[in-house]
Amino acid sequence: MSLDLSNVLKTYREPDGNVLTVLDIERFQIAPAEQVVLVGASGGGKTSLLNIISGISVPDRGSVKVDGLEITKLPEVARDRFRAERIGFVFQTFNLLPAFSALENVLLGMSFSGKRVDAKRAVQLLERVGLGHRTTHRPPQLSVGEQQRVAVARALANQPSLLLADEPTANVDVKNQNLILDLIREACSESKVALLMVTHSPEVAARFPRVDRLENFNRAAARSGAAV
Amino acid sequence: MNLFSIAWKSIRQRLLSSSLTAFSVALGVMLMVSVLVIYGILDRMFSQQTIAYQLIVGPKGSDLQLVLNTVYRVSAPLQNLPYLYYEELKKDPRVELAVPFCLGDATKEGHFPIVGTTEEYFEHPFTPGQMFQIKGKPFENSFDAIIGSEVARTNGWDIASGDKPATQFQLVHGGAEGHTHDEKFTVTAVLAPTGTPNDKTVFIHLNGFYAISGHDAPLKEAVKRWNEFSGKGTSDSEINAAAAEWAQKCGIPIEEPPHAPGEHHHHHKTCDVQKEVTAILVNMKSPAMAFLFNGEMKRGYKVQGVNPIVPMQQLMSNILGNVRSVLIVLTALIIVVSGVGIFVSIYNSMSDRRKEIAIMRALGAQRRTVFSIILAESILLCFGGGILGILLGHGLVFATAPFVQQQTGLLINPFTFEDMEFVLLPALIALASIIGIVPGLSAYRTDVARALAD
Repeated sequence: MSLDLSNVLKTYREPDGNVLTVLDIERFQIAPAEQVVLVGASGGGKTSLLNIISGISVPDRGSVKVDGLEITKLPEVARDRFRAERIGFVFQTFNLLPAFSALENVLLGMSFSGKRVDAKRAVQLLERVGLGHRTTHRPPQLSVGEQQRVAVARALANQPSLLLADEPTANVDVKNQNLILDLIREACSESKVALLMVTHSPEVAARFPRVDRLENFNRAAARSGAAV
Repeated sequence: MNLFSIAWKSIRQRLLSSSLTAFSVALGVMLMVSVLVIYGILDRMFSQQTIAYQLIVGPKGSDLQLVLNTVYRVSAPLQNLPYLYYEELKKDPRVELAVPFCLGDATKEGHFPIVGTTEEYFEHPFTPGQMFQIKGKPFENSFDAIIGSEVARTNGWDIASGDKPATQFQLVHGGAEGHTHDEKFTVTAVLAPTGTPNDKTVFIHLNGFYAISGHDAPLKEAVKRWNEFSGKGTSDSEINAAAAEWAQKCGIPIEEPPHAPGEHHHHHKTCDVQKEVTAILVNMKSPAMAFLFNGEMKRGYKVQGVNPIVPMQQLMSNILGNVRSVLIVLTALIIVVSGVGIFVSIYNSMSDRRKEIAIMRALGAQRRTVFSIILAESILLCFGGGILGILLGHGLVFATAPFVQQQTGLLINPFTFEDMEFVLLPALIALASIIGIVPGLSAYRTDVARALAD
């Protein structure tokens, strides 16, 4: 399995002292190179789930295995390293660093992994997303569609085993939406990278072979009555 | 991509505020460098590098005044030594070199000090390892003069060249109501700039100095002084007998004929006993001998030998040293205040950069990595400011050097680095590290999930 969650519980303490359970998942799995879309209501715990899978946060209990590696048992430094090496992230708001060129944003993704920074591969990735001619442009000099394509290249920089995409097409027009979606799916297929994409868009979801509704496996979301 | 290149991008992103804060550090460093360089010049000026003699021998009194008179030619000498003592000293087998110095008069134009001396002064290094470079001829006649570069420049004096005759000049007698001496001296040589008080001095032949009216005491008075000095009998009869002996030896009358008021006597025939020197520059055959010889002189009560370095170094450390410390503390405070400016600039930027830091953390950057990036940024700003400040400081000295040289005669090398400047950069890095800690910790503690959601 590329991803295997079991008995995961994540709670937050609210300002009024109440404990809010956001994730209560008995089992959630993604096979290697599988492409899954995750739909669910806002506030249903989708982002919390992505944060736990990437090791940004840790669950209160339960097991999270990526490529067989139990990440909940890892110290923070090892989780950071794991995230750099095994997880690719594509955000809704692109989250490119504005002071860095397109190429440097991709190289930055590489530099935190501890592996050798491979500028040639970074250029190839930008060429792969159709931005071979825009490598020296900084994010403010790129269109939103181009920015998201740079973000895709950055997410693939370290040859991850799992790519997490949090509503990557929410901020782009329909033309770019299809382009980016195709790009992410193709790139993941080519590199045998498993994909977990969060979306609110039924059109996007319709293009995936597997669509999981969070409420169906997250008992916390089901209990709170969150609905699409 | 290393930490510094990441930090550099961030600095470039906020170019205006980054440059201003780095510039404030640069200004502080510039002031400190200027203080260090200028103090260094003063220190060298007032230390061993100014004069290449082991001892200055003069009448007992203030050692500082003797050095100020002889080396720096400031303030008038109070007392003199008998010329005969110089003759004795010269014959001492332990003495390698003894150069007489007669001071007191000044040039009519520019009021440059006059030194009566012998050609030996120009055959010996003026500071260790540096010989005078002379344009013209050394002393040949009694009324020849060798002038310092600054005198030549200011008064426009020169040696003879082509059809142009050598400059001739007159002297003004020392003291408050000095009259102009009739004797005319001729410039026969000009010294190349030395960066020492020699540049502002006019050297005349010792014989010429004695030939000037009023530079010799009446015979009886001179004999009395010599007898007192050398421990011989000082009763009237003994002095009269000795004076008669000297008068006969030198072919001059014992008593000067009285002359009309306002008239100066101009016999110009002077007996050695009447001559005086202000100081004698002495090198012994070994430094140990200089030390022993100095001890001997201390036991007597007429003469003192001064190591020219010691009183000036005491003056430097006691007075100027404190001034330097105060200036260094002040400039250090300016640098610290600039450092606080960097702190405020980086700290204020942290709230805007929380998201950037969270992105880096999401890409796998460790907490200590983002901490180090902020620290590197602080170090780059301080270090960059420091380098710029050092360049500006030396630039400032370079720009003002001609003016200072013109005013003081000091030769300034603006590219002389002081030892403390090499401490400055590590100190700045230490300061930058302290400054970077708080914003660095803020980066370290960034809540990635929350910052990404914002």
